[in-house]
Order: sequence, then structure tokens, then C-alpha cells
Amino acid sequence: MSVQDSSFQMDSLIAEDIDAYLDQHQHKSLLRFITCGSVDDGKSTLIGRLLYDSKMIFEDQLAALQSDSAKHGTQGEEIDFALLVDGLAAEREQGITIDVAYRFFTTEKRKFIVADTPGHEQYTRNMVTGASTADLAVILVDARKGVLKQTRRHSYLVHLLGIKHLVLAVNKMDLVDYDQRKFDEIVRDYGEFAKEAGIEDFTAIPISGFKGDNITAAPCSNTPWYHGHALIEHLETVKLANTAAQERSFRMPVQWVNRPNLDFRGFAGLIAGGTVKPGDMVRIVPAGKTSTVKTISTFDGDMDEAVAGQSVTITLADEVDCSRGDVIAAAGDPPEASDQFCSTIVWMDETAMKPGRGYWLKLGSQMVTATVQPPKYEIDVNSLDHLAAKTLELNSIGVAEFSTDRPITFESYEKNRELGGFILIDKFSNATVAAGMIDFSLRRAQNVHWQPTTITRDDHSSLKNQRPRVLWFTGLSGSGKSTIANEVEKQLALMNRHTFLLDGDNVRHGLNKDLGFTETDRIENIRRIGEVSKLMADAGLIVLTAFISPFRAERQMVREMLPDGEFIEVFVDTPLEVAEARDVKGLYKKARDGELKNFTGIDSPYEAPETPEIRVNTVDMTPVEAAEYIISQILPLK
Amino acid sequence: MRNLTHLERLEAESIHIFREVVAEAENPVMLYSVGKDSSVMLHLARKAFYPSPPPFPMLHVASGWDFQALLEHRDKTVKEYGLELIVAQNEDAEEQGINPFDTGSALYSQAQLTDPLKRALTEHGFDAAFGGGRRDEEKARAKERVFSFRTASHRWDPKNQRPELWNLYNAKKNKAESIRVFPISNWTELDIWQYIALEKIDIVPLYLSQKRPTVERDGMLLVVDDDRFRLEEGEETVERSVRFRTLGCYPLTGATESDATDMSLIIQEMLLATGSEREGRAIDKGQSASMEDKKQEGYF
Repeated sequence: MSVQDSSFQMDSLIAEDIDAYLDQHQHKSLLRFITCGSVDDGKSTLIGRLLYDSKMIFEDQLAALQSDSAKHGTQGEEIDFALLVDGLAAEREQGITIDVAYRFFTTEKRKFIVADTPGHEQYTRNMVTGASTADLAVILVDARKGVLKQTRRHSYLVHLLGIKHLVLAVNKMDLVDYDQRKFDEIVRDYGEFAKEAGIEDFTAIPISGFKGDNITAAPCSNTPWYHGHALIEHLETVKLANTAAQERSFRMPVQWVNRPNLDFRGFAGLIAGGTVKPGDMVRIVPAGKTSTVKTISTFDGDMDEAVAGQSVTITLADEVDCSRGDVIAAAGDPPEASDQFCSTIVWMDETAMKPGRGYWLKLGSQMVTATVQPPKYEIDVNSLDHLAAKTLELNSIGVAEFSTDRPITFESYEKNRELGGFILIDKFSNATVAAGMIDFSLRRAQNVHWQPTTITRDDHSSLKNQRPRVLWFTGLSGSGKSTIANEVEKQLALMNRHTFLLDGDNVRHGLNKDLGFTETDRIENIRRIGEVSKLMADAGLIVLTAFISPFRAERQMVREMLPDGEFIEVFVDTPLEVAEARDVKGLYKKARDGELKNFTGIDSPYEAPETPEIRVNTVDMTPVEAAEYIISQILPLK
Repeated sequence: MRNLTHLERLEAESIHIFREVVAEAENPVMLYSVGKDSSVMLHLARKAFYPSPPPFPMLHVASGWDFQALLEHRDKTVKEYGLELIVAQNEDAEEQGINPFDTGSALYSQAQLTDPLKRALTEHGFDAAFGGGRRDEEKARAKERVFSFRTASHRWDPKNQRPELWNLYNAKKNKAESIRVFPISNWTELDIWQYIALEKIDIVPLYLSQKRPTVERDGMLLVVDDDRFRLEEGEETVERSVRFRTLGCYPLTGATESDATDMSLIIQEMLLATGSEREGRAIDKGQSASMEDKKQEGYF
């Protein structure tokens, strides 16, 4: 090993005075960083080198590495450091990394966690994942190739995720004879791009991961013209984000209420900003009630002060309502709460974004239903141009407005990562489909208030002597929904009940005549019908709706709009063959002939209800029998 | 303003993870192997919910060939902290002729560890299980999420992991899926030892060196923990000062000769060691991606 590795030489201290070494290690801080680069920029080699130089590789691992190098290696007789970090068997065979891997090493001053992410364009989501927890990013550039499209893409992404410290590591300097002009040219190119992307600052270092130049110590004899820090020295001295977070106002999302007995009621959470002391005035957001901090209770005794980044349990002086999802904040400077906001999002799922559909949104410890509007624009991460878009596909980035089913507490991402970053979860697949960074709340949400009315929902329904309900008929075209719904309404009328039937075809002549049959339009169709049904139920009516409503997610969305028990899903379970054989309106024939696109059951899916409240069919029952059965299931009507 | 140390940050992160699971899962459990990582996890769980006790039971998968000292430590700990303990074990091993001497290591770990674990998780309907996996242990683990999903048959699909951003964990699961949660994912072996020393966490004495009856076999030093140990021809028991870096079934776990009798000396030895932690485990030998294969089958 050369003298360049000196900053890693801790063996002597370990051997001579282990307690002194441990004391030093115990007081180390932690820096999390991400490495990004294109496929052959030598990223894995660099990380392998860092691990190797910091003695994180043991002899048995080295032996395995040597045998692996002979088998899959690309470095001939030399050790292929890349094999050390390319974890999963499949990707090792392909010679590429395809996921986020986390690595650990330590120097005398700091401990490091490295998120190693792949360079391919299609794996943007992994890079965003790795960047979300990083304080710093190392952007690798091959000195022979200079700044590439992917270099720009990666830089933009880490900037988007709010990483303030950027290192431009110009790698493989050994392959360009350590040519200063080459290095300067790349730095100049990158500087121009950085300015355009809004990146304020970056540090450029000429390195060779393979040979070890300017990795652990500078100056290095191969680059006498370079006077800056070596990569490790730079990583050891960069200012940490968690100290900056302590300078903001206090915020703690409540994760869990700790109630071991009647005398103790503690609010547990990870402090997302600022500091807190007993006696501090706090406000519970969104409710707005204030109280004072009584104690900060921990296993190791009560604390005098706690700071951003610590997990604590707080007790308050007053009995205020506070539970998971609330944020305890500085009373004088609470974060805002709103049900509409604008956000940048990164789409991470194979299934494209569906404007209008309800997704779970998780932010801090809050979980709400959110619907997203069609994107205002998509961002071309290579040119930074704004493109028109109707949806966002896997790995695309855009800006869109969101509305939530109840107000959530947040801050802009720029101000606070913990209260500004959220994930979207698909309600059926449960996959994490997107990551969002809130830009700002929408003014209209703050200015449009609910108008309280004197005659309430309950007054309306008791005047009509009935409990409002929405009987939601769903099934294939031609399954008999309208016929049965019509029969149910006739029978209810005979029982002196106040009803209204919303029929699919009729609504499309008026309220929804601007909508077509694409998936997005179908979602909007159901959303509007849901809102109308809800208003009618508020007026005390028994509403019957007859729409194909093919997607579970939208039926679920309507269910969630109504009070518990008022949404009754009636599945008209007529098999496709039967409906198609009947073909009352001749639509199946047209769809089969290709004259009609997006026809449910033919070239558009129907997602049958899994547990409908009522299930009928028109094979074993006549419409009258089906209607009688349905009414028997919803008795009593009051 | 104060600079948090790396251990303070790791501790805060682990506590946050414990609380998220308890807030969102219906029926969590902690896999308690009684080893050093489990001891740190238990300590973190006690901190996370203090003054309440950890609101979930401990599940120990016993192979029947566990070190006596480990079982004693387990029972003592459970009693001292008032924890609920569930022991999962393959009761039919003897009948099936399975033992660590005659059975191949793959079949043995399947029958004695993987299967009883899966059975216990299914029987009790646990939907989230805390495990002590660390990303620095092995290449396959380096890519695993903190919240790692298992199919109904407890298999892991490394190609289909959910992205995990910030400290937001998606705990929504599909029917019959369960979650393995790794609260100490970001800790290294050194962090674990240092934390044990700092927090004075009580660990199984097997980690500390002492004179023990040993036998040398296939390049490993095995400790004769009870009279079921079968000596082969030419083998004899020798008293040696040994300790363990990792604990498994005693006839399969190699000890190292050592004079480390306290925590500082253990850490010193570890830092100066030339072999990785898992070197002492017969189960991990074989093809280099073998941990990944085992995880796909449901081994923790």
C-alpha cells in the first residue's frame, strides 16, 4: 500500500490503546452519501476501493473476491473491486448493479453510509430512493467521456431531492495521463450545466478509483496541479444536515401514543426540526390547541433538551387531544395545514399515474386519501424542458396539484424534508408508486371554507322517515343493472320511499357529456357521479346508481365519500357470455368488430367486487326477484 | 445545538422503525435469537416504548442443539424484563433422524430453523416480524429494505422490492403477505459491540473468552456443550480459551481461540481480525450467493 492510504491507518491505535480508539470512534459523526454515475464510470470500483482501504474487507471475503475476479472479473489479473459490491447473483452475472445497496466504512473522523445506486436511465427510482436519505452526492464522470446525458440526469435528481453538497469526481484520470486540461474542460462543462439546473455549488476532484489517486490523501504525485482535498478528506469535513435542522422551528410528528397507565400519556416521535425543552409552548397541528411540554421522558431518564434527529417521548401539561398523525410544533410558528397543494413527483411504478384516482398518501405519520390532477407539466430531466403531459409513466418526473380527503400538516420540501416529502401508495396493489416533494399549498384551499347549514343531513333524512343510502349497481354492460335498479326503485316507491335513480347512459347525455371512455375519463365519470350521489344522500334520498364502474379503486373512492354503512355495493354478477349473447344495444358486436374501443369485458378490464354487500344475477333470478332480494337485504329502511 | 454521534443517529432511526411497525401492524413479533444483535434490538425496543414494555412477544427458534448458556440467558432476560416468550422448535427431529452430525447443512437448517420459524409465524398469524439482519453482514443483505415483504409462503423476491424513501415506510400489505422488519439494518458489527459496551447491555457469556472443552474438526474449533456431542475417531477434547463471534447450533458453530475477557478486548480482537463474522458458520459456506438463495426460501 502506498503512503496515500495513511488516513486509514488506525491499526496501531487499535492494538496499543483500544479504549482510546473506542472513545474516538464513539464521538464520530455520521455522513450519508450517494454515489451516482453511468454504467462504466467505475462507481462500484470506487466504493470497493473505499471499503478496501478502510479495512472493511476481511481475508475470507478477499479470498472469495479473488476467486470471483478470476471467474467474472473484468480487470485481468488484478482484483476487481466492483465484484465486492455488486451483491445479487443475477446482477453479478450481467455485470451491472440494479438496485440500491448500502455500504459502510469508517475513518478516524467520521462514519459513512454509502447508498450505491445504478446508473441506468430506467432505474431513476432507485437513485431517488438512495438520494432521499443522503447529505451529499458523489457524481462520477469518466475522464475519457466527460459530462454525459446521464451525468446531467443524476445531478438534476440529487438536486431535486435537496442534496446541498455535490462532489464531481472525475474518475479514470490514469487513462487520460492525468491531463489537467481534460479535467478543467470537464469542470467547465459541468459548471455550465449546474448553473442552468440551479445547482449553487459543487466540488470537483480528479481521481482514479482503480489506482487510488486522490482517494484518501492529497496531493498525489500524479496530479501535482491539483491543490484541493482528496475525496475522503472532503467527506470528512463537510457540514452535516442534522445540525442545520436544529436551527429551524420545533416539529415532531406523533408516531404513537404511549399509555402504560392512567398517570402517563406520552407522545412518541422523531423530532423533524428544531429543539425542545420542558416548559416550551407547543401547538398540536392541525387542531390548533396549545399546551406546554411537561417532560421529555426516555429510558435513560428525563432530558433537559432534545434536538432534531432524536427519537423521544414528550408529555404535555394539559389533557389535549393528540394522536398519531398530529404534529406537535412550536406554538408561535406552526406548520400549515391544507387539503390542496402543489408538488413535484417522481413516478416509480410500472402502472402509470391515474389522475382522479384515490391513492394513499403517507407524510410523516399521516396517512390520507389523495387524488392527483393531471400533471401541469412533465420535466425532461436531460434538457430540463417542461413538456405537456396527461399522466406520468415509470421514472418520469412532473409537477401536479393534489387534493386530500382531510387537511394534512406539511411544509415545503425545501424547508423541511421530513414534513415536505411524501409517498403515494396504490390502494389495491399496495405498492409505493410515487415520491413527492411539496412545493407550496394552494391558496384556494385556505380560502374556500365549508358553509355550515342550519338544516342538517339528519334533519333531511328524518323528515323523509328513511335512512339515506346509495345502492351502487356494478356489472358488465348488458348485465341487467338498469333493469334491476329500475325495478328496485318502483318497489321502493310503492313503499312510500323517496328515491332517485342515476343511470349511466342518461348522465352521459348531460353532466358528463364532456367525458369519453379512456381510463382517466372513466375515473372522472365515477368521481362526479359519486359526488352527486353524496349530495343526494345528504338531501335524505335513497340513491340508486347503474354504472358499469369497472375499477375497484373508484368504487372504493365513492364508498369513502359516504358515512359508514351508507354505500351498498350491488354486484350484478351476470357472466360475460350471457351479457354478450343478449347484447341488447348491439355494443358487444361493435366492440368485437373493433368499431368500439375500450369496451369493458372486451378490451378494457372489469374488476369484480371481492366482497359486495349484495350479489344478484339475471341467470337464476328474474329482475323482479332480484329487486325483492335486494330490498330484503336493506331492511329496515329507517 | 449539538452534533449527534453516529450511534445516537442509529439509535433514533431504529426506535422510529420499531414505533412505526407497532403503530401500523396488527400483530407484530420480535425474532429473538438471544445473540448480540438480538440483545441490541431488545434494548432498542425497550427504549422505544418506555415506560411501557415492548408491546409484542419474543419468538425464539430453538434447534434443540442450542448452547445451554444461551437458553439460560434467554430465560433470565425474559423473566427480568417481563417479556412474553414463544419458543418454536421442530419436535419431531429425533424421529425424522435429523441432527447436526449426520444431516447435510442445507436440510438441517431447513428442518430445524427455517421450517419451525415459518410454521410459528403462520400459526400465530404474525404479520410483522422484527429481525436482527444488518446490511454490512453479507452482500445480499446490503440491498434488502428495512421493511421487507414475504409472500404467503414466506419467500423473498429481491427483484420486486418497494422503494423506501426518507424515513417513510409503506407497511400496507396484501392478503397473506407478511413483513420482515430490520430495525438495525444500518448498524455495523463495530456499532453493535460499541453500543453493547456503552449501554452496558447484558449479553450471553459465550461471547467472552473462557476455558471450554473443544474439539478440532474440519478446521473449526467446536465446543462440546453437552454429552450428545459425538467424537469421531482420533478426536479428543481439549480445554482451550475460546469465545464466539456468532452463535448458532453448537455442533456447527466454530469458536475462536482468544484471551478477550471484556468488551474492549472483544472489540480490539474484532478490529484486528482477518476473517469476517460469518466465517464461523458452516451454514453460510458453499456458493457465494448462498445467503440470497436461503432468503428466497425464507431463512431470516
